[in-house]
Amino acid sequence: MNDKIYKIILFIATLVIPIICGGILYALVTDAYEAFEYFGFFKFLTSSEWRYTEGAEQYGALPFILGTLLTTFLALLFCIPFSLPVALFVGEYFKDTKIANFLSTVTDLLAGIPSIIYGLWGFYTLRPIIMSLNISPQGSGILTASLVLAIMIVPYAASLSAEFIKMVPNDLKESAYSLGATKYEVIKKIVFPVAGSGIFSSYVLAIGRALGETMTVTMLIGNTNNIPNSITSTGNSMASIIANQFGEADDLKLSSLIAIGLILFIITAIINMIGKIMIKHARIS
Amino acid sequence: MYSKTKHRLIKDKAILWGICILATLTAVPLFAILGEVFINGYVQLSWSFFTEPTPTAYKTMQAIENGERIPGGIANGIIGTILILNMAMIVAIPIGILCGIFLSENSKNRFAKIISYLTDLLQGTPSVIVGIVTYIWIVVPMKGYSAIAGSIALFIMMLPLIIRSTEETLKILPTSLKEAGLALGGNRVRVMLKVQLPAAFGGVFTGILLAISRVIGETAPLMFTALGCSFIRWSINKPISAVPLLIWEFFNDPYLQDMIWGASLFLLLFVLTLNVLSKYLKRKWNQ
Repeated sequence: MNDKIYKIILFIATLVIPIICGGILYALVTDAYEAFEYFGFFKFLTSSEWRYTEGAEQYGALPFILGTLLTTFLALLFCIPFSLPVALFVGEYFKDTKIANFLSTVTDLLAGIPSIIYGLWGFYTLRPIIMSLNISPQGSGILTASLVLAIMIVPYAASLSAEFIKMVPNDLKESAYSLGATKYEVIKKIVFPVAGSGIFSSYVLAIGRALGETMTVTMLIGNTNNIPNSITSTGNSMASIIANQFGEADDLKLSSLIAIGLILFIITAIINMIGKIMIKHARIS
Repeated sequence: MYSKTKHRLIKDKAILWGICILATLTAVPLFAILGEVFINGYVQLSWSFFTEPTPTAYKTMQAIENGERIPGGIANGIIGTILILNMAMIVAIPIGILCGIFLSENSKNRFAKIISYLTDLLQGTPSVIVGIVTYIWIVVPMKGYSAIAGSIALFIMMLPLIIRSTEETLKILPTSLKEAGLALGGNRVRVMLKVQLPAAFGGVFTGILLAISRVIGETAPLMFTALGCSFIRWSINKPISAVPLLIWEFFNDPYLQDMIWGASLFLLLFVLTLNVLSKYLKRKWNQ
């Protein structure tokens, strides 16, 4: 086999990627078209009705877009106070020690647990706790879903942030120490400014993960098709409405669900692209 | 002056303790989840749990009426998972490795940059969307749910993971290795097959293990493609079950909730073993 054939084989194998990506976009757009045409693109995005009475069907994506944004935002909020300490623990305070290794193994394992098992744990352990604390009567809702979601994205945010914190040059830190700075001051004045954009981008990628998380949210969010009016109320995210109703949907409803899928795909793609571009810039500088 | 220094030192200590406490708290969910699944799952495991399919609604009702233990197990799910996963792997591993080689050899070229971006896009695509798309591509034209559709969904999810790990491992190999091979008169194929790939084997292999552990617990893409099936089946063009699908089924069926933890324990053990194994192998081969 000579080099030419080798190159052609590699090239052909590589074509699978653009075919799949193009195929995903094409399939979603063509099947979502019916819903967009029937309701109008902007009306579909801003309508909060989700009714399937025969003849007067009305589908709008707003409650689910808001549900997704709310759960993701809350998950990020709950995730930061844990992932940042883990990143500092592994990347700065106990860098390259056994205990740091252990902690990063633990977070890696957390990332490996299937989302359906997180859902079970949230349903059978966390939900009763929330109920007994009188936070919400039914236990499931936006808050419960985002708490578990936060645990799920901690490993992603922490391991990537730690990587950037480790890359902060030693001479910068040492010069600050030689001026008498404490460790905390070094972190505040040297590590965060230098590794900041990298840490930020790791949270952008964590958001990308949280947006599309399906099973955990479906099991914990309560599955009601209303606009959530508080963080303890039940709702639905874009991924969870699809998971819940796709199986029995047909015609217009199916198309509406695929349209929601298309919106979700576009949002996650944009967030992931921003994160990846930021990471590239953070690595170079 | 003295008190200010003292204040700074106290603040430093306080932050250190705060970080240690919060970092330790992060480990709590892992042990809480492991503990819950082990304690509840251990009692549900038995030999028949792995050899019998899920009970039918009739058998379940009968057992409940007689006050007996719910019969049956998750054999249909295990066989379905093995079948779907193997079909996905057979396609994803060679294509993933070839794409990884392409990306590592042409990192400067514009086409490769686009492919690299698209790989990231694919990796970030929510699993439920992979499920929808596979439904549109495969289930609708084939007029039915099937194991093939499930394996195609898993193939799409595995592919970017294998590509990335292959590319990254090949990129960190010293260039002198490749140059030495070429200088001995080997052409690029021979150098790749006899020098670079064997040297990168550890990274590629652990990447594949991680990709398997990542997709084996996926539920959402299988819900719209493989659907599920309550008896043991070997055909690839019929609906089939998988372990995560069974967990979802048990979760929704109040009568079958006794089996939920056993199935979860099995899945969790499998996934975590793969994770730990790949981490161990990576460390060993890096030395």
